[in-house]
Amino acid sequence: MRDEGTFRVKAGLAENLKGGVIMDVVDAEQAKIAEDAGAAAVMALERVPADIRRDGGVARMSDPLMIRAIQAAVSIPVMAKARIGHFVEAQVLQALEIDYVDESEVLTPADESHHIDKWAFTAPFVCGATNLGEALRRIGEGAAMIRSKGEAGTGDIVEAVRHMRAIRAEIARLGGLEHAELASAAKDLGAPPDLVREVAGAGRLPVVLFCAGGIATPADAAMMMQLGAEGVFVGSGIFKSQDPSSRARAIVEATTHFKDPERVARASEGLGGAMQSLETRRLAPEQLLASRGW
Amino acid sequence: MVSRADGRAGGPLIGVLALQGDFEAHARMLRRLGTEVREVRVPEDLRGLAGLVLPGGESTVMMLGIEREGLAEPLRELAAAGMPMLGTCAGMIVLDREHLGILDIRARRNAFGRQTRSFEADLEIAGLGAEGLLRAVFIRAPWVEDRGPDVEVLASIDGHPVAVRQDRIVAVAFHPELGDEPRLHERLVADAAAPRERAA
Repeated sequence: MRDEGTFRVKAGLAENLKGGVIMDVVDAEQAKIAEDAGAAAVMALERVPADIRRDGGVARMSDPLMIRAIQAAVSIPVMAKARIGHFVEAQVLQALEIDYVDESEVLTPADESHHIDKWAFTAPFVCGATNLGEALRRIGEGAAMIRSKGEAGTGDIVEAVRHMRAIRAEIARLGGLEHAELASAAKDLGAPPDLVREVAGAGRLPVVLFCAGGIATPADAAMMMQLGAEGVFVGSGIFKSQDPSSRARAIVEATTHFKDPERVARASEGLGGAMQSLETRRLAPEQLLASRGW
Repeated sequence: MVSRADGRAGGPLIGVLALQGDFEAHARMLRRLGTEVREVRVPEDLRGLAGLVLPGGESTVMMLGIEREGLAEPLRELAAAGMPMLGTCAGMIVLDREHLGILDIRARRNAFGRQTRSFEADLEIAGLGAEGLLRAVFIRAPWVEDRGPDVEVLASIDGHPVAVRQDRIVAVAFHPELGDEPRLHERLVADAAAPRERAA
Protein backbone atom coordinates (compact mmCIF):
# COMPACT_ATOMS: atom_id res chain seq x y z
CA MET A 1 0.00 0.00 0.00
CA ARG A 2 1.21 3.50 -0.80
CA ASP A 3 1.05 6.22 1.82
CA GLU A 4 1.08 9.57 0.04
CA GLY A 5 1.60 12.97 1.62
CA THR A 6 3.13 11.70 4.86
CA PHE A 7 5.23 14.17 6.82
CA ARG A 8 8.32 12.09 6.04
CA VAL A 9 7.63 12.41 2.33
CA LYS A 10 7.04 16.16 2.64
CA ALA A 11 10.13 16.83 4.76
CA GLY A 12 12.08 14.39 2.60
CA LEU A 13 11.80 16.56 -0.49
CA ALA A 14 13.38 19.41 1.48
CA GLU A 15 16.20 17.01 2.47
CA ASN A 16 16.77 16.42 -1.23
CA LEU A 17 16.97 20.16 -1.90
CA LYS A 18 19.74 20.66 0.68
CA GLY A 19 22.95 22.26 -0.44
CA GLY A 20 20.98 23.73 -3.33
CA VAL A 21 19.81 27.09 -4.60
CA ILE A 22 16.11 27.77 -5.20
CA MET A 23 15.60 30.58 -7.68
CA ASP A 24 12.66 32.94 -8.29
CA VAL A 25 11.51 32.90 -11.92
CA VAL A 26 8.66 34.73 -13.64
CA ASP A 27 8.36 32.73 -16.88
CA ALA A 28 9.37 29.50 -18.60
CA GLU A 29 12.42 31.07 -20.20
CA GLN A 30 13.85 32.17 -16.85
CA ALA A 31 12.98 28.78 -15.39
CA LYS A 32 15.04 27.07 -18.10
CA ILE A 33 17.98 29.42 -17.50
CA ALA A 34 17.77 28.67 -13.77
CA GLU A 35 17.65 24.90 -14.33
CA ASP A 36 20.58 25.00 -16.76
CA ALA A 37 22.59 27.01 -14.24
CA GLY A 38 22.02 24.40 -11.51
CA ALA A 39 18.95 25.53 -9.57
CA ALA A 40 17.72 22.76 -7.25
CA ALA A 41 14.16 24.11 -7.67
CA VAL A 42 12.42 27.19 -9.00
CA MET A 43 9.87 29.46 -7.34
CA ALA A 44 7.24 30.45 -9.90
CA LEU A 45 5.85 33.94 -9.32
CA GLU A 46 4.58 36.78 -11.50
CA ARG A 47 6.78 39.47 -10.02
CA VAL A 48 10.02 39.06 -8.08
CA PRO A 49 9.99 40.71 -4.64
CA ALA A 50 11.92 43.79 -5.86
CA ASP A 51 9.11 44.52 -8.34
CA ILE A 52 6.36 43.78 -5.80
CA ARG A 53 8.06 46.31 -3.54
CA ARG A 54 8.24 48.89 -6.37
CA ASP A 55 4.68 48.37 -7.64
CA GLY A 56 2.92 48.28 -4.27
CA GLY A 57 -0.72 47.18 -4.07
CA VAL A 58 -1.93 43.70 -3.17
CA ALA A 59 0.35 40.84 -4.24
CA ARG A 60 -1.40 37.51 -4.83
CA MET A 61 -0.84 33.94 -6.01
CA SER A 62 0.39 33.74 -9.62
CA ASP A 63 -1.71 32.91 -12.69
CA PRO A 64 -2.05 29.11 -13.00
CA LEU A 65 -1.27 29.40 -16.73
CA MET A 66 2.12 30.86 -15.95
CA ILE A 67 2.76 28.20 -13.29
CA ARG A 68 1.85 25.41 -15.73
CA ALA A 69 4.14 26.85 -18.40
CA ILE A 70 7.02 26.76 -15.91
CA GLN A 71 6.15 23.21 -14.82
CA ALA A 72 6.24 22.16 -18.48
CA ALA A 73 9.61 23.82 -19.06
CA VAL A 74 11.71 22.18 -16.32
CA SER A 75 12.20 18.80 -14.64
CA ILE A 76 13.26 20.18 -11.24
CA PRO A 77 10.69 20.86 -8.49
CA VAL A 78 8.46 23.91 -8.98
CA MET A 79 7.36 25.90 -5.95
CA ALA A 80 4.81 28.71 -5.80
CA LYS A 81 3.62 31.21 -3.24
CA ALA A 82 0.26 31.50 -1.48
CA ARG A 83 -0.67 34.46 0.70
CA ILE A 84 -0.34 33.94 4.47
CA GLY A 85 -3.62 32.38 5.63
CA HIS A 86 -5.05 32.06 2.11
CA PHE A 87 -5.88 28.37 2.23
CA VAL A 88 -7.78 28.45 -1.05
CA GLU A 89 -4.76 29.75 -2.94
CA ALA A 90 -2.92 26.82 -1.36
CA GLN A 91 -5.68 24.43 -2.46
CA VAL A 92 -5.33 25.77 -6.01
CA LEU A 93 -1.56 25.31 -5.93
CA GLN A 94 -2.00 21.75 -4.69
CA ALA A 95 -4.50 21.10 -7.48
CA LEU A 96 -1.81 22.32 -9.91
CA GLU A 97 0.51 19.70 -8.37
CA ILE A 98 2.96 22.29 -7.14
CA ASP A 99 5.89 20.52 -5.48
CA TYR A 100 6.17 22.95 -2.53
CA VAL A 101 3.80 25.72 -1.44
CA ASP A 102 5.51 28.78 0.06
CA GLU A 103 3.15 30.50 2.50
CA SER A 104 4.90 33.76 1.97
CA GLU A 105 5.13 37.18 3.57
CA VAL A 106 6.25 38.50 0.16
CA LEU A 107 2.58 38.37 -0.86
CA THR A 108 -0.01 40.46 0.96
CA PRO A 109 -1.38 38.51 3.96
CA ALA A 110 -4.98 37.29 3.63
CA ASP A 111 -5.56 36.52 7.31
CA GLU A 112 -4.18 38.55 10.18
CA SER A 113 -4.50 35.89 12.84
CA HIS A 114 -4.36 32.45 11.21
CA HIS A 115 -1.75 30.84 9.07
CA ILE A 116 -2.83 28.01 6.77
CA ASP A 117 -3.54 24.66 8.46
CA LYS A 118 -0.85 22.86 6.52
CA TRP A 119 -1.70 19.42 7.94
CA ALA A 120 -4.79 19.46 5.72
CA PHE A 121 -2.66 19.22 2.54
CA THR A 122 -0.69 16.50 0.76
CA ALA A 123 1.52 19.17 -0.86
CA PRO A 124 4.36 20.21 1.46
CA PHE A 125 4.75 23.77 2.74
CA VAL A 126 7.74 25.99 3.37
CA CYS A 127 7.26 29.00 5.65
CA GLY A 128 9.37 31.98 6.64
CA ALA A 129 10.58 32.67 10.17
CA THR A 130 12.50 35.45 11.89
CA ASN A 131 13.17 33.48 15.09
CA LEU A 132 12.85 30.03 16.63
CA GLY A 133 9.38 30.52 18.09
CA GLU A 134 8.00 31.54 14.72
CA ALA A 135 9.71 28.58 13.01
CA LEU A 136 8.27 26.10 15.53
CA ARG A 137 4.77 27.60 15.29
CA ARG A 138 4.89 27.04 11.53
CA ILE A 139 6.16 23.48 11.98
CA GLY A 140 3.38 22.93 14.51
CA GLU A 141 0.93 23.99 11.79
CA GLY A 142 2.47 21.41 9.44
CA ALA A 143 5.29 23.21 7.62
CA ALA A 144 7.85 20.67 6.36
CA MET A 145 10.60 23.18 5.63
CA ILE A 146 11.58 26.56 7.11
CA ARG A 147 13.38 29.49 5.54
CA SER A 148 14.67 32.46 7.45
CA LYS A 149 12.77 35.47 6.11
CA GLY A 150 15.42 38.11 5.65
CA GLU A 151 14.02 41.15 3.86
CA ALA A 152 12.95 40.09 0.37
CA GLY A 153 13.61 42.27 -2.66
CA THR A 154 16.29 44.44 -1.06
CA GLY A 155 19.58 42.75 -1.97
CA ASP A 156 20.59 43.60 1.60
CA ILE A 157 21.76 40.54 3.56
CA VAL A 158 21.58 42.12 7.01
CA GLU A 159 18.09 40.85 7.93
CA ALA A 160 18.83 37.32 6.72
CA VAL A 161 21.87 37.32 8.99
CA ARG A 162 19.84 38.63 11.92
CA HIS A 163 17.17 35.94 11.49
CA MET A 164 19.59 33.07 10.97
CA ARG A 165 21.66 34.11 13.99
CA ALA A 166 18.49 34.45 16.09
CA ILE A 167 17.31 30.95 15.19
CA ARG A 168 20.73 29.43 15.82
CA ALA A 169 21.23 31.26 19.13
CA GLU A 170 17.80 30.22 20.42
CA ILE A 171 18.46 26.58 19.49
CA ALA A 172 21.79 26.73 21.33
CA ARG A 173 20.12 28.29 24.37
CA LEU A 174 17.56 25.46 24.55
CA GLY A 175 20.41 22.95 24.54
CA GLY A 176 21.72 24.42 27.80
CA LEU A 177 18.41 24.22 29.66
CA GLU A 178 17.33 21.52 32.07
CA HIS A 179 14.35 19.42 31.06
CA ALA A 180 12.20 21.12 33.69
CA GLU A 181 12.96 24.54 32.19
CA LEU A 182 11.79 23.63 28.70
CA ALA A 183 8.08 24.08 29.41
CA SER A 184 8.47 27.73 30.33
CA ALA A 185 10.92 28.17 27.42
CA ALA A 186 8.14 26.89 25.17
CA LYS A 187 5.76 29.40 26.73
CA ASP A 188 8.26 32.23 26.17
CA LEU A 189 8.83 31.15 22.57
CA GLY A 190 5.09 30.73 21.98
CA ALA A 191 5.96 27.34 20.52
CA PRO A 192 4.55 23.81 20.95
CA PRO A 193 6.30 22.18 23.98
CA ASP A 194 6.90 18.85 22.23
CA LEU A 195 8.74 20.61 19.41
CA VAL A 196 10.77 22.65 21.89
CA ARG A 197 11.87 19.44 23.64
CA GLU A 198 12.74 17.87 20.30
CA VAL A 199 14.89 20.85 19.26
CA ALA A 200 16.59 20.98 22.67
CA GLY A 201 17.53 17.31 22.35
CA ALA A 202 18.61 17.34 18.71
CA GLY A 203 20.28 20.77 18.59
CA ARG A 204 18.57 21.47 15.27
CA LEU A 205 15.16 22.12 13.78
CA PRO A 206 13.14 18.98 13.03
CA VAL A 207 12.93 20.11 9.37
CA VAL A 208 15.36 21.55 6.84
CA LEU A 209 16.30 25.22 7.32
CA PHE A 210 17.05 27.38 4.27
CA CYS A 211 17.86 31.07 4.12
CA ALA A 212 15.98 33.68 2.08
CA GLY A 213 15.66 37.42 1.66
CA GLY A 214 18.57 39.56 0.53
CA ILE A 215 21.07 37.18 -1.09
CA ALA A 216 22.67 38.95 -4.06
CA THR A 217 26.18 37.50 -4.39
CA PRO A 218 28.06 34.18 -4.13
CA ALA A 219 29.67 35.46 -0.92
CA ASP A 220 26.22 36.20 0.56
CA ALA A 221 25.17 32.61 -0.14
CA ALA A 222 28.38 31.15 1.30
CA MET A 223 28.07 33.30 4.43
CA MET A 224 24.52 32.13 5.07
CA MET A 225 25.65 28.51 4.62
CA GLN A 226 28.46 29.08 7.12
CA LEU A 227 25.90 30.58 9.51
CA GLY A 228 23.94 27.34 9.39
CA ALA A 229 21.59 27.56 6.42
CA GLU A 230 21.18 24.21 4.66
CA GLY A 231 20.51 25.86 1.30
CA VAL A 232 19.43 29.23 -0.07
CA PHE A 233 16.54 30.92 -1.83
CA VAL A 234 17.55 33.68 -4.22
CA GLY A 235 14.68 35.90 -5.28
CA SER A 236 15.41 39.12 -7.09
CA GLY A 237 19.18 38.60 -6.78
CA ILE A 238 19.56 36.59 -9.98
CA PHE A 239 17.17 37.90 -12.62
CA LYS A 240 17.53 41.51 -11.47
CA SER A 241 21.31 41.34 -11.95
CA GLN A 242 23.28 42.22 -15.08
CA ASP A 243 24.14 38.64 -16.10
CA PRO A 244 21.58 36.24 -14.55
CA SER A 245 22.96 33.01 -15.99
CA SER A 246 26.55 33.58 -14.80
CA ARG A 247 25.40 34.86 -11.42
CA ALA A 248 23.10 31.85 -10.97
CA ARG A 249 25.96 29.43 -11.74
CA ALA A 250 28.26 31.32 -9.41
CA ILE A 251 25.81 31.24 -6.50
CA VAL A 252 25.28 27.49 -7.05
CA GLU A 253 29.05 26.93 -6.98
CA ALA A 254 29.55 29.07 -3.87
CA THR A 255 26.72 27.23 -2.09
CA THR A 256 28.40 23.85 -2.73
CA HIS A 257 31.90 25.09 -1.81
CA PHE A 258 30.82 27.48 0.96
CA LYS A 259 33.67 26.44 3.24
CA ASP A 260 36.34 27.08 0.58
CA PRO A 261 37.12 30.84 0.19
CA GLU A 262 39.24 30.24 -2.92
CA ARG A 263 36.29 28.64 -4.67
CA VAL A 264 33.96 31.42 -3.54
CA ALA A 265 36.52 33.95 -4.83
CA ARG A 266 36.69 32.24 -8.21
CA ALA A 267 32.90 32.06 -8.40
CA SER A 268 32.67 35.79 -7.67
CA GLU A 269 34.87 36.86 -10.60
CA GLY A 270 33.48 39.01 -13.41
CA LEU A 271 29.77 38.68 -12.72
CA GLY A 272 28.84 42.24 -13.68
CA GLY A 273 26.51 44.33 -11.56
CA ALA A 274 24.44 42.89 -8.73
CA MET A 275 20.76 43.77 -8.46
CA GLN A 276 19.86 47.34 -7.64
CA SER A 277 19.64 47.20 -3.88
CA LEU A 278 17.92 48.92 -0.99
CA GLU A 279 19.40 49.44 2.44
CA THR A 280 16.89 47.85 4.80
CA ARG A 281 17.42 50.28 7.69
CA ARG A 282 16.32 53.15 5.46
CA LEU A 283 12.95 51.49 4.75
CA ALA A 284 9.86 52.70 6.61
CA PRO A 285 8.28 50.11 8.97
CA GLU A 286 5.28 49.66 6.66
CA GLN A 287 7.66 48.74 3.83
CA LEU A 288 9.09 45.78 5.73
CA LEU A 289 7.87 42.35 4.63
CA ALA A 290 9.46 40.25 7.39
CA SER A 291 7.06 41.55 10.05
CA ARG A 292 4.11 39.97 8.20
CA GLY A 293 2.95 36.77 9.92
CA TRP A 294 3.49 36.13 13.63
CA MET B 1 28.88 -7.52 9.85
CA VAL B 2 30.35 -4.21 10.80
CA SER B 3 30.12 -3.19 14.44
CA ARG B 4 27.46 -0.56 15.04
CA ALA B 5 27.20 2.60 17.06
CA ASP B 6 30.31 1.95 19.12
CA GLY B 7 31.34 5.60 18.72
CA ARG B 8 34.59 4.68 16.96
CA ALA B 9 35.09 5.06 13.24
CA GLY B 10 36.78 1.76 12.52
CA GLY B 11 35.13 0.67 9.27
CA PRO B 12 36.25 1.31 5.70
CA LEU B 13 36.33 4.90 4.44
CA ILE B 14 33.12 5.62 2.52
CA GLY B 15 32.70 8.74 0.40
CA VAL B 16 29.40 10.57 -0.01
CA LEU B 17 29.05 12.76 -3.09
CA ALA B 18 28.24 16.14 -1.52
CA LEU B 19 27.63 18.47 -4.47
CA GLN B 20 23.94 18.82 -3.56
CA GLY B 21 21.22 16.72 -1.96
CA ASP B 22 20.66 14.69 1.18
CA PHE B 23 24.30 13.74 1.63
CA GLU B 24 24.19 14.52 5.36
CA ALA B 25 21.44 11.96 5.92
CA HIS B 26 23.66 9.34 4.25
CA ALA B 27 26.67 10.42 6.29
CA ARG B 28 24.63 10.16 9.51
CA MET B 29 23.50 6.65 8.57
CA LEU B 30 27.05 5.52 7.74
CA ARG B 31 28.49 6.98 10.96
CA ARG B 32 25.80 5.14 12.91
CA LEU B 33 27.21 1.96 11.39
CA GLY B 34 30.61 2.86 12.78
CA THR B 35 32.37 3.56 9.51
CA GLU B 36 34.45 6.53 8.41
CA VAL B 37 32.80 9.05 6.09
CA ARG B 38 34.18 11.72 3.77
CA GLU B 39 32.18 14.28 1.80
CA VAL B 40 33.24 14.33 -1.85
CA ARG B 41 33.18 17.60 -3.82
CA VAL B 42 36.36 17.50 -5.90
CA PRO B 43 38.38 14.65 -7.48
CA GLU B 44 41.02 14.74 -4.72
CA ASP B 45 38.31 13.75 -2.22
CA LEU B 46 38.06 10.36 -3.95
CA ARG B 47 41.58 9.32 -2.96
CA GLY B 48 41.66 6.31 -0.63
CA LEU B 49 37.92 5.62 -0.61
CA ALA B 50 36.68 2.04 -0.24
CA GLY B 51 33.10 2.81 -1.28
CA LEU B 52 30.88 5.63 -2.46
CA VAL B 53 27.30 6.86 -2.01
CA LEU B 54 25.55 8.93 -4.68
CA PRO B 55 22.76 10.57 -2.67
CA GLY B 56 19.29 11.82 -3.42
CA GLY B 57 18.87 15.36 -4.67
CA GLU B 58 18.40 16.88 -8.08
CA SER B 59 20.19 14.93 -10.80
CA THR B 60 20.52 18.00 -13.05
CA VAL B 61 22.36 19.88 -10.28
CA MET B 62 24.58 16.88 -9.54
CA MET B 63 25.50 16.36 -13.19
CA LEU B 64 26.36 20.04 -13.63
CA GLY B 65 28.52 19.79 -10.53
CA ILE B 66 30.17 16.55 -11.69
CA GLU B 67 31.08 18.21 -14.99
CA ARG B 68 32.23 21.46 -13.36
CA GLU B 69 34.49 19.60 -10.93
CA GLY B 70 35.85 17.07 -13.44
CA LEU B 71 34.46 14.13 -11.46
CA ALA B 72 32.90 12.10 -14.29
CA GLU B 73 36.02 10.28 -15.51
CA PRO B 74 37.42 9.53 -12.03
CA LEU B 75 34.02 8.12 -10.97
CA ARG B 76 33.86 5.88 -14.06
CA GLU B 77 37.38 4.62 -13.40
CA LEU B 78 36.57 3.78 -9.77
CA ALA B 79 33.44 1.91 -10.81
CA ALA B 80 35.40 -0.01 -13.46
CA ALA B 81 37.99 -0.89 -10.82
CA GLY B 82 35.25 -2.47 -8.72
CA MET B 83 34.50 0.14 -6.08
CA PRO B 84 31.18 -0.65 -4.36
CA MET B 85 28.66 2.15 -4.84
CA LEU B 86 25.14 2.88 -3.63
CA GLY B 87 22.99 5.34 -5.58
CA THR B 88 19.65 6.51 -4.19
CA CYS B 89 16.96 8.35 -6.20
CA ALA B 90 18.91 11.03 -8.11
CA GLY B 91 21.97 8.82 -7.53
CA MET B 92 20.29 6.11 -9.62
CA ILE B 93 19.75 8.59 -12.45
CA VAL B 94 23.32 9.89 -12.29
CA LEU B 95 24.62 6.29 -12.61
CA ASP B 96 22.52 5.44 -15.68
CA ARG B 97 23.52 5.19 -19.37
CA GLU B 98 22.48 8.71 -20.21
CA HIS B 99 24.55 10.28 -17.43
CA LEU B 100 27.71 8.67 -16.02
CA GLY B 101 27.08 5.42 -17.88
CA ILE B 102 28.21 3.32 -14.93
CA LEU B 103 25.04 1.20 -14.79
CA ASP B 104 23.55 -0.41 -17.90
CA ILE B 105 20.11 1.03 -17.18
CA ARG B 106 17.98 3.91 -18.34
CA ALA B 107 16.22 5.62 -15.45
CA ARG B 108 13.03 7.58 -16.02
CA ARG B 109 12.98 10.80 -14.00
CA ASN B 110 9.97 11.67 -11.84
CA ALA B 111 8.40 8.44 -13.09
CA PHE B 112 5.78 8.28 -10.34
CA GLY B 113 4.78 11.92 -10.82
CA ARG B 114 5.25 15.18 -8.98
CA GLN B 115 5.62 15.64 -5.23
CA THR B 116 1.91 15.14 -4.43
CA ARG B 117 2.39 11.58 -5.76
CA SER B 118 5.43 10.91 -3.56
CA PHE B 119 4.83 8.04 -1.13
CA GLU B 120 6.10 5.52 1.38
CA ALA B 121 5.57 1.80 0.97
CA ASP B 122 6.76 -1.52 2.41
CA LEU B 123 9.01 -3.19 -0.12
CA GLU B 124 10.41 -6.68 -0.36
CA ILE B 125 13.97 -6.56 -1.61
CA ALA B 126 15.81 -9.64 -2.87
CA GLY B 127 19.35 -10.75 -2.37
CA LEU B 128 21.01 -8.03 -0.30
CA GLY B 129 20.82 -9.92 2.95
CA ALA B 130 18.04 -7.48 3.79
CA GLU B 131 15.41 -10.00 4.86
CA GLY B 132 11.86 -8.93 5.51
CA LEU B 133 10.08 -5.78 4.50
CA LEU B 134 11.83 -2.49 4.09
CA ARG B 135 10.13 0.88 4.55
CA ALA B 136 10.89 2.70 1.30
CA VAL B 137 10.43 6.45 0.89
CA PHE B 138 9.84 7.49 -2.73
CA ILE B 139 10.20 11.22 -3.44
CA ARG B 140 9.59 12.36 -7.02
CA ALA B 141 11.23 9.04 -7.65
CA PRO B 142 12.54 7.50 -10.86
CA TRP B 143 12.13 3.90 -11.97
CA VAL B 144 14.22 1.77 -14.30
CA GLU B 145 12.75 2.00 -17.80
CA ASP B 146 15.25 -0.24 -19.56
CA ARG B 147 18.18 -2.42 -18.49
CA GLY B 148 20.95 -4.56 -19.92
CA PRO B 149 21.45 -8.32 -19.31
CA ASP B 150 23.98 -7.83 -16.48
CA VAL B 151 21.54 -5.85 -14.36
CA GLU B 152 19.72 -7.79 -11.68
CA VAL B 153 16.35 -6.49 -10.45
CA LEU B 154 16.07 -6.61 -6.65
CA ALA B 155 12.66 -5.00 -6.23
CA SER B 156 9.83 -3.64 -8.36
CA ILE B 157 6.66 -1.61 -7.95
CA ASP B 158 3.81 -2.26 -10.39
CA GLY B 159 6.28 -4.05 -12.64
CA HIS B 160 8.79 -1.21 -12.69
CA PRO B 161 12.23 -2.00 -11.24
CA VAL B 162 13.06 0.31 -8.32
CA ALA B 163 16.14 -1.48 -6.97
CA VAL B 164 18.87 -2.95 -9.18
CA ARG B 165 22.38 -4.33 -8.88
CA GLN B 166 25.14 -4.69 -11.42
CA ASP B 167 28.28 -6.28 -10.00
CA ARG B 168 29.14 -4.16 -6.94
CA ILE B 169 26.92 -1.18 -7.79
CA VAL B 170 23.46 -0.96 -6.21
CA ALA B 171 20.92 1.68 -7.23
CA VAL B 172 17.53 2.24 -5.64
CA ALA B 173 14.79 4.69 -6.57
CA PHE B 174 13.90 5.34 -2.93
CA HIS B 175 15.63 6.82 0.13
CA PRO B 176 16.80 4.27 2.72
CA GLU B 177 18.69 7.14 4.40
CA LEU B 178 15.41 8.96 5.13
CA GLY B 179 13.48 5.84 6.13
CA ASP B 180 15.65 4.81 9.06
CA GLU B 181 16.59 1.73 7.04
CA PRO B 182 20.27 0.78 7.54
CA ARG B 183 20.45 -2.52 5.66
CA LEU B 184 21.52 -1.17 2.25
CA HIS B 185 24.23 0.92 3.89
CA GLU B 186 25.35 -2.10 5.94
CA ARG B 187 25.70 -4.00 2.69
CA LEU B 188 27.75 -1.19 1.12
CA VAL B 189 30.08 -1.08 4.13
CA ALA B 190 30.45 -4.87 4.08
CA ASP B 191 31.23 -4.82 0.33
CA ALA B 192 33.72 -2.01 0.85
CA ALA B 193 35.48 -4.03 3.54
CA ALA B 194 35.57 -7.18 1.40
CA PRO B 195 38.21 -7.92 -1.22
CA ARG B 196 37.18 -7.56 -4.88
CA GLU B 197 37.32 -11.32 -5.64
CA ARG B 198 34.68 -12.27 -3.11
CA ALA B 199 32.09 -10.00 -4.61
CA ALA B 200 32.77 -11.06 -8.19
